[in-house]
Amino acid sequence: MNADLALQLGIQGLLTGGIYGLIGLGLSLIFGVMGVINFAHGQMIVMGMYVSFWILTLFGIDPYLSLMVVAAVIFALGYLVQSTIVNRIIDYPEAMQVVPLVSLGLILENMALLFWGPDHRSPETALGLDAIRVGSATIDVSRLMAFGLAILFTLCIFLFLKKSNLGKSIRAAADNRTGAILVGIKVNRINNISFALGAATTGAAGALLLPLMPVTPHLGHDFTLIAFVVVILGGMGNLLGALFGGLILGLAESLSALWLPATMKHLVSFGILVVIMLFKPHGLFGGKR
Amino acid sequence: MSMLKVNHLTKSFGGLTAVDSLSFELKEGEILGLIGPNGAGKTTVFNCLSGFSPPDLGEVLFKGQAVTGMKPHAICQMGLARTFQIVKPFLTISVLDNVMIGALIGERSISAAEKKSMEILHMAGLGSMANTEAQGLPLPMRKRLELAKCLATDPLVLLLDEVMAGLNATEVDEMISLIRQVNSKGVSILMIEHVMRGVMALSQSVIVINYGRKIAEGPPEQVVKDQGVIEAYLGKEFLDAQG
Amino acid sequence: MNRLYMFMAAALALILALPLWLDKYTLGIFVMIFYYAYLGQSWNVLTGYTGHISLGHALYVGIGAYTSTFLAQTWGISPWIGMLAGGLLSMTVALCMGYLGFRFGLRGVYFVILTIGFAEITRLIVSHIEALGSFSGIFLDFNPSFINFQFRGNMPYYYISLGFMVVSMIVVRLIETSRLGRFMIATREDEDAAEALGVNTFKYSMIAIAISAFMTALAGTFYANYIFYLHPATLFGMALSIELIMRPIIGGMGTVLGPVIGSFILTPLSEISRAYFAKGGLEGLHLILYGILAILVVLFMPRGIIVYLKGASQWIFNSADKK
Repeated sequence: MNADLALQLGIQGLLTGGIYGLIGLGLSLIFGVMGVINFAHGQMIVMGMYVSFWILTLFGIDPYLSLMVVAAVIFALGYLVQSTIVNRIIDYPEAMQVVPLVSLGLILENMALLFWGPDHRSPETALGLDAIRVGSATIDVSRLMAFGLAILFTLCIFLFLKKSNLGKSIRAAADNRTGAILVGIKVNRINNISFALGAATTGAAGALLLPLMPVTPHLGHDFTLIAFVVVILGGMGNLLGALFGGLILGLAESLSALWLPATMKHLVSFGILVVIMLFKPHGLFGGKR
Repeated sequence: MSMLKVNHLTKSFGGLTAVDSLSFELKEGEILGLIGPNGAGKTTVFNCLSGFSPPDLGEVLFKGQAVTGMKPHAICQMGLARTFQIVKPFLTISVLDNVMIGALIGERSISAAEKKSMEILHMAGLGSMANTEAQGLPLPMRKRLELAKCLATDPLVLLLDEVMAGLNATEVDEMISLIRQVNSKGVSILMIEHVMRGVMALSQSVIVINYGRKIAEGPPEQVVKDQGVIEAYLGKEFLDAQG
Repeated sequence: MNRLYMFMAAALALILALPLWLDKYTLGIFVMIFYYAYLGQSWNVLTGYTGHISLGHALYVGIGAYTSTFLAQTWGISPWIGMLAGGLLSMTVALCMGYLGFRFGLRGVYFVILTIGFAEITRLIVSHIEALGSFSGIFLDFNPSFINFQFRGNMPYYYISLGFMVVSMIVVRLIETSRLGRFMIATREDEDAAEALGVNTFKYSMIAIAISAFMTALAGTFYANYIFYLHPATLFGMALSIELIMRPIIGGMGTVLGPVIGSFILTPLSEISRAYFAKGGLEGLHLILYGILAILVVLFMPRGIIVYLKGASQWIFNSADKK
């Protein structure tokens, strides 16, 4: 095996893993608070990519700078979705919860198709193809930036959940829903904020991903599946687990290139998905079911 | 003859021992009460007996045969049926269809199962509700439906988990006479019950557990006077304060 | 009730005679109505009746289509036989997945994710097998004959797909009223309560997934010999899995008529709006409408349109009886 290549892939995987962790965090947060799986998660990421793409082409603002704006836009989208749809289906049987969110994904995907067409779009960003060399490995600057900002964003969310009153209420609701209602936490509002926050992570991730890969309307399913794998690795509802799950998945997918063609890297993630789900259903770091 | 014999049943969750080396016996035709304060481990005992949560240690003998480790449906098919404390009707199908599920286990023909289920519904006082969807039933009727579903499986032993909770005085009396009627047909019954009137009226003998351990056993009149039992229910501090 | 059966017999007679008047395009729409009603019915067995939510049913369509086509192209085996082979293969895969899922107690969303995972894994594997056309897929040669399951014009496909749909309705109706169906329904309503009454929920879940996968795979063979092109992303992809569940959900899950009603409403809507919007460069708009419709149905009539139709038909037939 080529050690240099392995190092290169390892670094690249770890960096991508940071973004995966961010995506997983959002899904895990939503599940933790409401027990609902956001099947439109991937399509929200794609929306984030297109929004930052728009900001870039219309105003020339780099995705790294528009990050917070994109996150805010998708936050608003999430808030809207939660208050109009998800709040009504929280007590439905699971089958009926799946359908509206899958449908939402379908709507978002085809709205993207309608607005931006089926073409691959890969905009020129400031950092573009810059790379730095570390020993024998090259690191894309855009990937490094994405990793750094993803981790930063993740930390911000952790801080918010840990320190702010609203964040504490969210954690309380995730811990014990009934208890939270009993002590007077307005659960509907908490739900809205949590879903919106989960959505905001997808917006941020979308902005960070834009410089790394061309965007098309149909990327959503892949992202949704990546997010599933991450949270199942980390444990559903376990926020810190999601970060580690992301890093592990990023590494595993990237290193699989040593043995498999690049188009088959998702095979590794699905493999991990199935194995973890069967043998460690609470994830590697514990979670709730 | 012993219908159900439990030897040193033990079950813990994490660090908490919910049932601690519990042993008891249910004789043929007997109604045995299982009482104890909330969180004493009563429902866990039922989950162990009915196969929903296999015990860590100990064994359960049903008519002398070990059923520990068997799946719930297999245990039920042998003749050991249970109800759930939080009743679990099949919500979107009719009351009759609910009962027929149980009846069809021992009966292959749909029409025979239907006939049998109707008889059970009449006995349980639900005859007029046969074609109503189960989600339209109020709680007292749901409790009776829970019992009717079990009866349709032709049980030899019934495990009743708080079938009287939430019923008013009249409904409790009706439930008492229904259980008596079932028992008179030769079904042995182990019942968890907080409604003491029901326990006193029905059971020949009761077992009291607290923190998963048996703290008293005997005829109900005698057990309720037991100092340890009173302490377990009311708390030692309370009794001390009373002098 | 007699009136209802008479009504249904009349409807069937009308549908049998319909091709006499219809042009090729309209016939094609009917083929799609029957095809999706059949697919929805197949999915209904597992999800509507037994309660295990599958979002990976495209897997079985794909297996059915690829198996019969591969057998026909490699060894010249008639797709009619290949169809059964595909059904059996699909059933085997479903049983493996079902064993894992049901044995390990994966419920709700975990099972959903398992079904998606299996479909995606298969899509990726098929996309890398050269004998199966890799990413670009397989084109079928056109050799019309009954043995080859290929025909000129849409009329034979109309009757075959109609037959599929009617048979699936009869099969599901038979299941529904049988002991098996009742145990499946009990499993759907509450697995623990069903177990407590002696129902072996594992066994009935396995039977349900086997029947469902077998039925679904047959539609795959039909699709292959109707469209003449197999593409892994289309046949194993999530888009088909989603498309396939919309009709029974909107029509009414866990009912015989639900998938059929759903298909009679959604399929023409989808075909016509697809054609209409695509002309105006608005492709994808029909799927947006779809999504909105599905959300509205789930929010405001979670048991599907059939509940309202039932009310209406009871009103019509009962008031007719009174006269």
